[in-house]
Amino acid sequence: MPRPLLYFLAALAASIGVSAISGQLDPYLLDVSMGVGIAIILAVSLNLVNGHTGQFSLGHAGFMAVGAYLSSTVTLFLGPALLGEEGGNALTQGLLFAAALAFGGACAAFAGLLIGLPSLRLKGDYLALVTLGFGEIIRVVFQNVEVLGGALGLIGMPAYTTFAWVYGGAALAVYTVACLVNSTYGRGFLATRDDEIAAEAVGLDTTRYKIVAFVTGAFFAGVAGGLFAHFKLAIDPRGFDFTRSIEIVVMVILGGMGRTAGVIGAAILLTLLPEILRPVAEYRMILYSLLLIVLMLVRPQGLFQWSKKGGQP
Amino acid sequence: MLTVSDLHVSYGAINALSGVSFTIPQGAIVTLIGGNGAGKTTTLRTISGLLRPRSGSILFRGESITTLPAHTIVARGLCHVPEGRMVFANLSVDENLSMGAYLLRDRERIARNREFVFGVFPRLKERLRQTAGTLSGGEQQMLAIGRALMGDPTFLMLDEPSLGIAPRLIATIFEKIVEINRSQGITILLVEQNANLALEVSSQAYVLETGRVVMQGPSAELRDDPQLRATYLGGGPVT
Repeated sequence: MPRPLLYFLAALAASIGVSAISGQLDPYLLDVSMGVGIAIILAVSLNLVNGHTGQFSLGHAGFMAVGAYLSSTVTLFLGPALLGEEGGNALTQGLLFAAALAFGGACAAFAGLLIGLPSLRLKGDYLALVTLGFGEIIRVVFQNVEVLGGALGLIGMPAYTTFAWVYGGAALAVYTVACLVNSTYGRGFLATRDDEIAAEAVGLDTTRYKIVAFVTGAFFAGVAGGLFAHFKLAIDPRGFDFTRSIEIVVMVILGGMGRTAGVIGAAILLTLLPEILRPVAEYRMILYSLLLIVLMLVRPQGLFQWSKKGGQP
Repeated sequence: MLTVSDLHVSYGAINALSGVSFTIPQGAIVTLIGGNGAGKTTTLRTISGLLRPRSGSILFRGESITTLPAHTIVARGLCHVPEGRMVFANLSVDENLSMGAYLLRDRERIARNREFVFGVFPRLKERLRQTAGTLSGGEQQMLAIGRALMGDPTFLMLDEPSLGIAPRLIATIFEKIVEINRSQGITILLVEQNANLALEVSSQAYVLETGRVVMQGPSAELRDDPQLRATYLGGGPVT
């Protein structure tokens, strides 16, 4: 069995194991660790787009919103009809949740395709602005759809998200990205980032690579959104605004563009930091921002990268 | 082998090429010379499909490739080595070469091409595991050419292979270019600012000026042309 697959299965087994004893864990700790896991999925999937393929996307929160809302519609509106009065057993609930997550991810991927086709002709800051705009459009659309709660948001989702779902999802995201990037086919992502003209000149269809990265990234953002919705049990459009996108981008940059391990580390650190800073109450966000600035000044090449050569911007 | 006729290319409102035509026979080394902004790089990029012409046509082995996307043009054996040693800086030398054979499926052919590249540029074999971005300028140029050779081209376009390279290495690289042409019969279109060198290795030359072909003929004749000498070869008497 290839090593990445082995790691993936081990991670999957570990998350199911931890999930089984989650009843005995400190609820606060469990809560924070689930937030960390969701952040890992978001950061690793955005890293495929921004880090490995070198396309600067600022719309990740938009895809997360698509996944959160559409998976919630499945469990909220289809769930009762499918599971019956008693709400079904663990197996049927699990199947329903898996279907909901897959649906949310697929819809986010489709949104990624729709947005990616026209906008991936743009480069650098132009692409960043266009994806930022699309992310906001998605949010505003949800804000104005009455059936989905409008500005008040959606509430009452069943609490399906468990430790195993979150970290199983994170393991799948890491595994998928690793398989994509470390294959012969996947070197095309890195080639597209390093030099688009040279990549075209050796016969790569760089547009296709960008789309594949964008759609895969959007899919996992959607899955993360679905996990988030069934974890917080209440979502509203404001939770998916562009500051959320920027939060994810910061994780990718701080982790060192294209370094999966670094990006995971940054996702953990940046999700824990606000929790650690909780005692200082109202100064929390100021300190958080200051720490970000200091980290960027001290380690511009990425928090967990030791070679002098920084990641490509 | 390649016929370009009446090519017009513009960047927005600015005309980069206004009616460029030339023909390149099979097996030849043809050079395109001219100063900065004459349209040399634009011509190459248009041929390889990275830019779209406003009008005009490009025929490669009798078939029009004018509107084809870049990756399908490479598949036909026309390979472009872009200006400025564009290697994949974060990939190793080995991975760069593998990317060059991206469109090939035949493992044996890839291995054969790799051996040929190592034969031409033994330096690349020594640096196989090194990250391409840490190579010297000359080595990166060798890698860029080697990567193009990995794709089994029948036609190779080289954009300013002497740019920013130590003088001693320039001679080596030009020798290799001639060697590639002779031993494999690969047709070469060479764009150069170093007109002296380009005219030395080529058989035919075209001189571009502000998007037009202003002079053409056998390289040996152009080398002795007084007007060309004054403009591009730094004047001086014929040697």
